Formats: sequence, C-alpha cells, structure tokens
Amino acid sequence: MAHVNENIKTYKGFRTITLFCLVVLYAPLVIVTIYSFNASQSITNWEGLSLRWYADVFTGPESAKFKTAAFNSFTIAIMAATASTMIATLAATAMVRGGQFRLRTVSFGLISLPLMVPEIVTAVATLIFFNAIGFTRGYLTILVAHIAFCIPFAYLPISARMQGIEDSFEQAAMDLYATRRQAFTRILMPLMAPGIISGFLLAFIVSLDDFIITNFVKGAGVETLPTAIFGSVKQGIKPNIMAISTMLLSVSIVMVTISYFVSKSDSTK
Amino acid sequence: MNNLLKSSAAALALSVASNAAAAEGKLVLYHWFEYMPQEVLDTFTAETGIEVTMDTYDSNESMLATLKAGGMGTYDLAVPGDYMVSIMAGEGLLDTIADGELANKGNIAPEWSDPSFDPGRASSIPYQWGSTSFAVNRDAYSGDIQTTGILFEPPAELSGKINMLDSQGEVMAMASLHMGIPQCSTDREQLKALNAMLQEAKQHWASFNSDTAKEVLVSGDAAVGQIYDGFAAKAREEGANVEYAYPTQGYVAWMDNVVLLKDAPNRDNALKFMDFLLEPENIAAVTNYAQYNAGVTGVAEYLDPALAAQPEKNPHANAGDGVFIKVCDQETQAVYDQIWTNLKK
Amino acid sequence: MAAGAASGGSARADTYKDARGWLLLPSWAVLGIFVLGPVGMMLIYSFLTKEFRGGVIWEPSLAAYDQFFFDRGLFGDEPPTIEWTYITIFWRSIWQAGAATLLSLLIGFPTAYFIATRPENVRPVWVFLITIPYWVNLLIRTVSMKFLLRDQGPLNDFLISTGLIDSPIHIVNTNFAVQLGLFYSYLPFMVLPVYAAVERYNFSLSEAAADLYASKWTTLRRIVLPAVKPGVVAGCILVFVPSMGSFLAPDLLGGAKNFMIGSLIEEQFKGNAGNWPFGAAASMILLTMVLIILMFSARQQAKADKAGG
Repeated sequence: MAHVNENIKTYKGFRTITLFCLVVLYAPLVIVTIYSFNASQSITNWEGLSLRWYADVFTGPESAKFKTAAFNSFTIAIMAATASTMIATLAATAMVRGGQFRLRTVSFGLISLPLMVPEIVTAVATLIFFNAIGFTRGYLTILVAHIAFCIPFAYLPISARMQGIEDSFEQAAMDLYATRRQAFTRILMPLMAPGIISGFLLAFIVSLDDFIITNFVKGAGVETLPTAIFGSVKQGIKPNIMAISTMLLSVSIVMVTISYFVSKSDSTK
Repeated sequence: MNNLLKSSAAALALSVASNAAAAEGKLVLYHWFEYMPQEVLDTFTAETGIEVTMDTYDSNESMLATLKAGGMGTYDLAVPGDYMVSIMAGEGLLDTIADGELANKGNIAPEWSDPSFDPGRASSIPYQWGSTSFAVNRDAYSGDIQTTGILFEPPAELSGKINMLDSQGEVMAMASLHMGIPQCSTDREQLKALNAMLQEAKQHWASFNSDTAKEVLVSGDAAVGQIYDGFAAKAREEGANVEYAYPTQGYVAWMDNVVLLKDAPNRDNALKFMDFLLEPENIAAVTNYAQYNAGVTGVAEYLDPALAAQPEKNPHANAGDGVFIKVCDQETQAVYDQIWTNLKK
Repeated sequence: MAAGAASGGSARADTYKDARGWLLLPSWAVLGIFVLGPVGMMLIYSFLTKEFRGGVIWEPSLAAYDQFFFDRGLFGDEPPTIEWTYITIFWRSIWQAGAATLLSLLIGFPTAYFIATRPENVRPVWVFLITIPYWVNLLIRTVSMKFLLRDQGPLNDFLISTGLIDSPIHIVNTNFAVQLGLFYSYLPFMVLPVYAAVERYNFSLSEAAADLYASKWTTLRRIVLPAVKPGVVAGCILVFVPSMGSFLAPDLLGGAKNFMIGSLIEEQFKGNAGNWPFGAAASMILLTMVLIILMFSARQQAKADKAGG
C-alpha cells in the first residue's frame, strides 16, 4: 500500500473518543479490583485491605467448584469459538465469494437466527429439544449449544472483512497457476486475519459470558464460571467473586502484554 | 492452538469417564444457589459414602420450568418454597414417602408437621423458613414503619426511594395484606381496586430488583427495600442503619422444603439424605450458614446464639400474622398476571 | 475503484460458486439442527394451548396471538379492542435498542478507526484491550457500573469536586441508564467488525480525495464510510438485534419498572405467569420483525450494489 500522509489518515478527536471508550470499559473493573481487596463481606463498604478473598478462592469450601468451573468455561469457550469461527469462515466464503444464489438470503437469515431469538426462549427450547432427541445434559450439550449460538458473532465481522477484499487478488494468483486451495490459504486467509481474529474474540467472549442458555442445558454438577458465580451473586455479591474476576483480568492483561512485546520484537527484526 | 485443543479433548474424555465411574452411591440434588454449605454435603458423604451432585436454580419458577421441560428423572431431591410444593404435587412431580421410610420424621417440629401446602408431610421435610417484609433506612426516615403503607402509600421522605422485589408472588401478597383483601380474591371490585392501588403506588417506587435487594440498601441507593429477613440482617451487619419491619397488617411467611421427586434415580439415597437433614446438628449447620430458621426440634443447642437474638427474627408484640403465599386457581392467576403486566408495561 | 469498494466488491465475486454447497454445509447442519430445530418447536408451541404453570397442551389454539393483539379487559370478558400494552413494550425495546446502537456507533466507529490507523503490530493489542473487560461476567460488570453511576457514587463525587456540577446527576433508574446498560453490554460487537473493515480500507483513496480539495469530514462521509459499510452494518446488527431481547443490564441499571421484550418473555417462562405459548408467540413476533428489517436492509444493499456496479 502506498504511503499515505498521516495527516490525512488521522482525525482530531478520535483519539480522545478512544480513550473515553477505554475509560468507560475499564472504570467498573477498577472498582471490581479495588473491592476484591476489601476486608469486609460487603461490596459497598470499604473496611481495609485484605487478601482473604484470594485465599478463599483457593482454599475455601468452594475452591474445587471454582477450579472446575474455570476449566470448563475456558475449554468450552476456546473450542466453541474455534469451531464457530471455522464454520463461519466457510459460510462467509460461500456467501461473499459464491456469486448470487437463491438460498443466499435464507442462509443469511439462518446464520443470524441465534441473534434474533431471546436467550431464554433458546434455552427452554434447546432443553426440550435435547430431551426429545435423547441427549443427556452435560459438558457436550453446553459445547454444542455454544457453537451454534456463537456462529453469527463470528460470521458478521468475517464476512464484513471479506466484502472489503477484492477477489482480483485470488484471481491473479490463480492466473499464475496457483490452485484455488492455494489462493484460499495463501492469499485470502492472510488478508482475512483481522476479521477472523475479531470474529474469534467475539465468539470467545460470548461463550465465556453466557449464563441463561448454559444454566438450562448444563445438567447436574457441570458448572461454568457464570453459573458458579451467579449463585454467589444471588445471595449478595461476595468479594471472592471480585477476586476471581480480578485474577481473570490479570491473566488476560499479562497475555496481552506478552503479545505486545512479542509483536514489537517481531517488527524490529 | 492444536495442542490446546488436544489437551482439552483429553480432559473432556476424562471428565466423561469420571462421571461414569461415580454411578454407584450417588445423589443428585436440585437446589437454590448458595443455600447449602459445602461442609454439610461433605459430612453426609463422609458418613454414608454417597456422593452428592448439586445443580442449582435461581427461582421456584425456573426450577419448575426445567423439570417440566424434561428435567424429571435426573434429580432425586429439590427444594421448593411452600406454595411451589403444592403446585408440584398438583402437577404430579412428587413422590410419596411411605410411613416408616423416614426414621427421623418425628424430629419435625410439631407446628411444621402438617402444613397446608403438604398435608401430613407426604412428600416433603422442612428445610428453612423465614419471612419477607421490608427494611427501612433509619437515617432517611424516623417515623412509624410498622405498616405496609411504607411500601404502598409512602411518606414524602421515602417516595422515589423504594426498591421492590421483582417477583409477582411477593408483591401481590404484600399488596393484598395492605388492602385487607384475601389473596387470590375473586371479587371483581377488590381486584380492580388492587390494580388501581398498585398503579398509584408504582409512582413512588424507584426500581424492581431482586438480585441486588441487599446491595441497594447497604449503598443507600434505596431507603426502603422489600426484602427477606436474613438479607435484612446481613445488610445491617454490613453497616446499613436499616430496621426490618413487621407490619401490623401482616407479612409474608415462607418455608423452603426438601421434596422427593417422582422417578428419582437414587430414591433410597434421597431418603437417607432427608433423614440426615432431620438431625438437629446437620440442619443447624444449614441455619447458621443461611441465617434463617430450621423446622426441626432440638436444633436450638447447635445454633449460633447471636442468630436467635437478631431483631429480624423477633416480631414485636403488635406484628400482624405471617401468611404464606397462596396458590390461585387458573382463572384468578390470569387476572393476577394481567395486573402484574399492567404494573410493569 | 471507489465504486467497487463501496459495493463491497462482493456481488459478482463467484470464485467459489461451485463449492458453495460444501462451504455452507457445516453452518446449515449445526444451525439447522440445533437452532432451527428448537426454534421450529417454539413456533409450534406458540399455536398450542397453554398448560397452567408452564408447559403446553397439544391442542391447536390462537389464544397466544389473541392475547398479544387484543385487549379483553382485566377479566378477559369485555369486547376485544386493540391491545396496546405489548406494542408499547415492543416499541420501547426498539427505541432503546436503536438509541444504544447509535451510541455504540458514535463511540465505536472512531475507536475502531483509531485502532485501524495504529502501527500494524500493535493493532491486535488494541483489539484485545477492547475485549478484555468482557472476560468478567456481565452481571458483575453491570453491578460495578451501577455503583459508579449512583447519586453518591464516585462519578458524581468526582464531577462535583471538579466543580463541573453542583448537585449529583441522577442516572441510575432512568431511560438513559437502560441505553447505557445496552451500550455497555455490546460495545465490542460494534468496534471489532468496524475495525476489521477499516483495517482493509485503502487510505490512498482519502489522499486522492484530499488532492481534489475534499474536506476531511466530507472524505469521511463520502469515501471512508461507504467503503467500510459492510463492517458498520455488521456492527449495527450485532448491537441492535441482541439488545432487543436483552434484559439483565438494562433492568439492573434502569430499575426494571417497565418491561423490555426480553423481560416480558423471560417472565412467561421463569416467572409466575408460566404462559409458554404466549412467550413463544412474543418471540416469534420479535423474530418476524427482526427478519423483516434484516431482509429489507439486505435487499436495499443488493439494489444499491447493482446500481453501483
């Protein structure tokens, strides 16, 4: 891409809005972090610094529950996001690179369907449906349900990105005797990366955060973080939930920091 | 990524396998969130070798919905509230406990041994009971609070600072007490008046919220909150200057009960667990955790002494009667639903 | 070139024309079984008789739709008039979801644009920064948000101490709080698709526009926006549609004094009402409405593409 004068690219005020956006997103989490160190039971009264809630998460009576819940949540979110991103990428290729066809509108409707039905309806309906076809509720039913409702969240950014890529790139490659598969994996996919990453991340957070559907299809004894946390929330939010949230945040922020330095060293090579 | 996928697939296989291994000596409990201390379950497992799996719900109605959507046959025991016991019995979801099947049945406190919602305790045992009324922040209002008028015709200082529970049953029962009409009234004039009264009262309410009923009181966002007695006590312990009211018109009483579900896959173990919960020492551990009241005789000596002294547990002399939420018939319930929709439209 | 970018360049691309059946198969299989199956069942339920306290009786009935559209008084025996209650609830939800979408666009678009113009190697870091807060459960984030915004909360304290305001701004339990709740629930769903589209935008187009003496805002409106339209449309769908059925965040922040569609439907399955056919019918009406909006906008876009091509 030709080098473009930075002045033309940047808009005054966009930086301010972005910073504002980050403040809005993170301000509540600052509260969460602060109160995770609260000595008191209460989440609204500050009674001094303490690490008791962190100790509680690891050694308290519910530590085993939280551990399996975290494990289930992350494995399900990673698998569901991976599967739905793959399915969505294939679907987007057909929809954006498949020319006009009669079922295009219907396919789009089907892909968006999980967005349109309120979660509680999907939850009850899926439970009845799983029972009707003889699925036993458990880890697998959660995974299947998550894959299904994550598809539109992955599909929309991916297809939006693909619409911005002219097919002349792949055509040129194929004119130079690349197979279509090669054109797909070596030309289209790298160009698609930001769309695929966006889709994957959206699917990931949707799966990680889902409570309503999970709670209906999960079956006895299988917990995810939201279902384990929700319990505590209903009886008043205990600071141990704040502690879990803070640890999740720290893990993710460490990951981002590492990826930042990795990418930085990449670019200096 | 590939490795991650592989390891999670392995973990998945592992968790499936471990589920199958524990098929013997199991008990599956369907229970409220945060209402059963893990220690009590551990004690039970240590005593009997039976492994307890617990699944949780957040309201009586969502438990009923799950069971009706196909959850029957998975669970052995559930813990519905008073009115929900009669609904579930009416739906044919409960199994009958024959005479002599529960060794500790005699431990049930006499006043709870033949409740209206489950005559003769045919399918249930008491779990915990308490009351639902409201708490008032004494910094915001110093007048008389022992009247339901605080919720429905509040003094000017409290108007716009009231949080109601987002639950039809509790709001309607309290409103009926306020108007002095029977619950599930079929009298048209009474129902019209109830509808009109609620419309009027809504002007004074700030919010409907059950999830953070305690937090809004502690933070001072609400000066009055409809709330359970145990929750009010916790709000007070967390530093809110709140007083729990026992209105002269009466208040809502509730009792959660452990019921034996039809088609329970581990019926014998379920009965063992019920017997276990009827032993004063065990149910006292639940009470100390949940801060409500047990319905078992001989429990007093195991209770945390501070619990009995709580003002929330001791109605004053002029308090009205505690009433259970009534189960309306289909036709009346339709009117109640309509009134509730009108209130929140 | 600009016209090609504006049309998304997609309508005529047919490299995978012969393979599209295979490419669509996984999505059709998964969604066809695990989403269309349950939704189809709900469609049937909406035409069945309600069973008291939840469940259905297998007898065909239009009662659910009748309840939605006709008002028969408190006792159900007056001559039917048009029922405004549910229409009002739907209208309120559309309005709130629309306002939240607009808010997300106003904040989300500049953010996405800003991220897309960062050096290539730090862009993923920015994208992660936007999604990290969503690793924390929605309920906890919302409760903390409420804590921040309340009358005696940190935000008001801060604004008063800086002298910007004299008395606290009342936000919690207002309509604005509902929109804020929705905005906060779905912001990344706007930012990420828009980012994915802007990242692909060819900035030499902006330069060409500048050479032709277009002002920067004109360039943004006439050149950039049309080129990244698919991303903006995707973002708007991802915020607007789930907002319509959402209830947790808006109820917590807005006070739940008025039903949103989501809470109305939730009440039918999890509340006292226990009226499954009505809940199913309300969902089907919502579904039909959203489908019509989506199909209509898809058709408009296709028309625009043809005209542009």
